Amino acid sequence: MEENISALIAEFGETISDPRVFRGETSLEIRDAACLPAVCGFLKQKLGFQFLVDISSLDHWGEDLRFTVVYEVRNMDSGENIRLRVSFTEECGEIPSVTQVWPAANWHEREIFDMMGIRFSGHPDLRRILMWEGYPYFPLRKDFPLSGKSTEMPDVAFTRQAPQEGGPFVTAPTEKSSVHREPRAKTFEA
Amino acid sequence: MADIKEVGYNTKIEGEVIVTRADAVLNWFRKNSIWPMPMGLACCAIELMAASCSRFDIARFGSEVMRFSPRQADLMIVAGTVTYKMALAVKRIYDQMPEPKWVIAMGACASTGGMYRSYAVLQGVDNIIPVDVYVAGCPPRPEALLDALMKLQNKVATEPTLATLKKAG
Repeated sequence: MEENISALIAEFGETISDPRVFRGETSLEIRDAACLPAVCGFLKQKLGFQFLVDISSLDHWGEDLRFTVVYEVRNMDSGENIRLRVSFTEECGEIPSVTQVWPAANWHEREIFDMMGIRFSGHPDLRRILMWEGYPYFPLRKDFPLSGKSTEMPDVAFTRQAPQEGGPFVTAPTEKSSVHREPRAKTFEA
Repeated sequence: MADIKEVGYNTKIEGEVIVTRADAVLNWFRKNSIWPMPMGLACCAIELMAASCSRFDIARFGSEVMRFSPRQADLMIVAGTVTYKMALAVKRIYDQMPEPKWVIAMGACASTGGMYRSYAVLQGVDNIIPVDVYVAGCPPRPEALLDALMKLQNKVATEPTLATLKKAG
């Protein structure tokens, strides 16, 4: 693992942050999203991380760097995992696609586009994958209410706001007894 | 129906003739051969399959003929979560079924949206099609579905079939 990290840092220098290791899992921050395909290509071609396990995305609503996209990659020969994180602003809203490196990224990136509204430049077919074409919102963003919003697309689909009946019900993080911890109603404030 | 009393038919006394109402005999035909359209959308469909297999045996009620074409079905069993993406497809399949037709909403999701109070799930299939019987459960056991089928049979038995047919022309 050490030699992988040092090879990456030797190749890309300041673009790659120092590794953060937690319980044997190594995370690297990529400071410049434009370098993402080059870093991923280097990981795959030179270091043998040929398997893209997953791509996920986070919404830090209210912060400057609103979105983070996380790539989990694995070297199937040595069994090593590396996690890449890239953060960017809402105004940017677009990062390069890695489908040219790992074809498996195709549907992962479509799902992130569908749910979070993050665009991937260079993606061969960036359509919605779960919701239908023409649905106007990105449901997993933090500013989207859990109960949804009303939409209308004649002959395709419609949506209505769901009744919450006192919900959404959340678990309160606390050291106290289960009476305080158990799910309880929390009013959503958009 | 508690008030309908089964009376033994004795050929020695009655001869070869049975007297009844046309409604009663038409409804008797209908209620004992309700062909279901299995609208299996989620885990409830597994219980629906169990209901049609030998242990629970929906064939005892004349409903073993699962029709995967809506045009040959009398009863749509909506078994599972109806998402908004699926909703209009469910409605379209219902519209393709010929009259007379009935609907069972099987399970919490089909009845009310169940635990899915979210942007993606229709809050009860009765928002788009009329439902005759709702079945509680997540998922309901096959017995619960058979109970719903018996309740539907009782409902069919009391319908004014002849008047409806005359009105339809």
